Amino acid sequence: MPVTTSSERGPDLHTPLSGVPLTHGQLPRYAAQFTLLAAIAAGIALTLAGWNPAASAIIAGAGYVVVIYAWSRTVEGPRKARDRLVTAVVTGAFLLALLPLVSVIVTVVGNGIARFDVEFFTYSMRGVVGEGGGAYHAIMGTLVVTGLAALISVPIGILTAIYLVEYGRGRLAKAITFFVDVMTGIPSIVAGLFAYALFALVFGPGVRMGIMGAIALSVLMIPVVVRSAEEMLKLVPNELREAAYALAVPKWRTIVKVVLPTALAGIATGVTLAIARVIGETAPLLITLGITSSVNLNPVDGRMATLPVYAYYQYVTPGVPPEPALERAWTAALTLIIIVMALNLIARLISRLFAPKTRG
Amino acid sequence: MAKRIEVKDLDIYYDKFLAVQGVSMTIQPRSVTALIGPSGCGKSTFLRTLNRMHELVPGARVDGKVFMDDEDLYGPGVDPVSVRRQIGMVFQRPNPFPTMSIYENVAAGIRLNGGRMKKSELDDVVERSLRSANLWAEVKDRLNRPGSGLSGGQQQRLCIARAIAVQPGVLLMDEPCSALDPISTQAIEDLMLELKTDYTIVIVTHNMQQAARVSDVTGFFNLRGVGQPGELVEIDETTKIFSTPSNKATEDYISGRFG
Ligand SMILES: Nc1ncnc2c1ncn2[C@@H]1O[C@H](COP(=O)(O)OP(=O)(O)O)[C@@H](O)[C@H]1O
Ligand SMILES: [Mg+2]
Repeated sequence: MPVTTSSERGPDLHTPLSGVPLTHGQLPRYAAQFTLLAAIAAGIALTLAGWNPAASAIIAGAGYVVVIYAWSRTVEGPRKARDRLVTAVVTGAFLLALLPLVSVIVTVVGNGIARFDVEFFTYSMRGVVGEGGGAYHAIMGTLVVTGLAALISVPIGILTAIYLVEYGRGRLAKAITFFVDVMTGIPSIVAGLFAYALFALVFGPGVRMGIMGAIALSVLMIPVVVRSAEEMLKLVPNELREAAYALAVPKWRTIVKVVLPTALAGIATGVTLAIARVIGETAPLLITLGITSSVNLNPVDGRMATLPVYAYYQYVTPGVPPEPALERAWTAALTLIIIVMALNLIARLISRLFAPKTRG
Repeated sequence: MAKRIEVKDLDIYYDKFLAVQGVSMTIQPRSVTALIGPSGCGKSTFLRTLNRMHELVPGARVDGKVFMDDEDLYGPGVDPVSVRRQIGMVFQRPNPFPTMSIYENVAAGIRLNGGRMKKSELDDVVERSLRSANLWAEVKDRLNRPGSGLSGGQQQRLCIARAIAVQPGVLLMDEPCSALDPISTQAIEDLMLELKTDYTIVIVTHNMQQAARVSDVTGFFNLRGVGQPGELVEIDETTKIFSTPSNKATEDYISGRFG
């Protein structure tokens, strides 16, 4: 083999590259912070001078980006300057994305806290006109309907995912995947109409039942459960399945005892998030459940109240004076947000508890 | 308990792709048989046909016969699951079940099959298997800890304990030491020499010294040519293969003059 010379092999790594210094200038330690403070001060000054607050904030932000970039470029060089520029832009985008979230939370808490009292959580709206009353019936209705929806969707969703990952080959699997994708995109009102039409066929028009709402929600929930469970099952290394097969464990037992436990944390998280996704649905429940002012926990017996529909009706038919009803609507919204947040926390807890342990 | 395996004119396919062609060999009980050869010549593929793991790949099939003590493993009506009950396997990468403790991992072959066994009996099986795998002393105080918390070498010995807990007649090992450090490798080689008094062991290895150290018989696999299927070039006593192989390709391969 001929000895290759360094010129054939690209850059010579032994002599240092000349002209590129290893040190370069640095901005003072709190340069970024001071620039930011200055920008904020300028923004406040503009607002005080009578400018639109949003416009002042944009100008302050842009000013910060320009100043820090120019300053860093002259002192630190182009690479550092680009780093600071992108940091500023990314942080700005993050704050912008956070804005609606914070705004919603502040508004809902601010308006909802007034009726966030014991009465709200212990009384229904039976016989209530004007002040007082609560959403006990709606909270229970939401829990019953969503619980039923989960009861229907979780087994179907997980079994479908198992079929797709462990058994599905060929046409049928492709078709199922396709229809699950299609189902993901179904507008929720269509799911409600489907459930309504289904029951109207049997019970005649005008039928309202808790189970109808649960079925409408399942239509929305099943694709989410299938998708997340499928991803989680795919993450289970094939080596574990082979290890089980090599121990003469039949396929179904391998799935039940090895694959599912390994993926359990992820599946449980996915299910919880799917529940959180449907618990705030209003349109399908409006069609299938309607509203009632008293407690009904029987899902096969007439109308049922749920939190989103409750909030909706309190808002559109407030009565005179409207204030007490509007306050109840806000508190219902706040309760819903708290339930969803609790579900998310539970999801995290579950994934921590069930995650396969690697360290003893 | 140890079984003899006889392979007759075996062709192994992945769908239409012929991966290995015309393998015939006899594997003696209570011995270690090493399979060597360059990567991609079908050693793993061949090994996985011996316990019918090969057909788990969609479209994979074989042509030919494999006998275990005169029973045709590919005969009509043979259940692959019962074949695997007789022929255990250890993989290249240690793969303990991550949701199970050390104890449960060793007991997995019994428990996952729904086997009912008294707690004390199961305890005995677990201890015996871990002792045979030279792991008992290291883990006896933490049997309820997760198996995946062990070091790589310990995990591999755990997998060996798991495989021998169900008392198979044959133990297949596919490069069991290639992910391990020299000390763990030494431990597993010692283990193979101990285990061969009770089991028939077939090991695939890329390490010539290892083949020379642990095996009684060595088989050399090679590709017939570029784009052609793999084949068993020769199989003989290990001492013979490493001193006076009858085939030129074998000699080139073991002396490092390959390719
Ligand atoms: N699951 C598979 N599907 C299709 N071809 C495969 C599969 N596994 C291995 N092969 C092919 O079979 C041949 C033998 O591979 P393998 O048995 O892994 O070789 P070795 O273990 O000797 O390195 C290779 O050509 C490889 O590409
Ligand atoms: Mg291999």
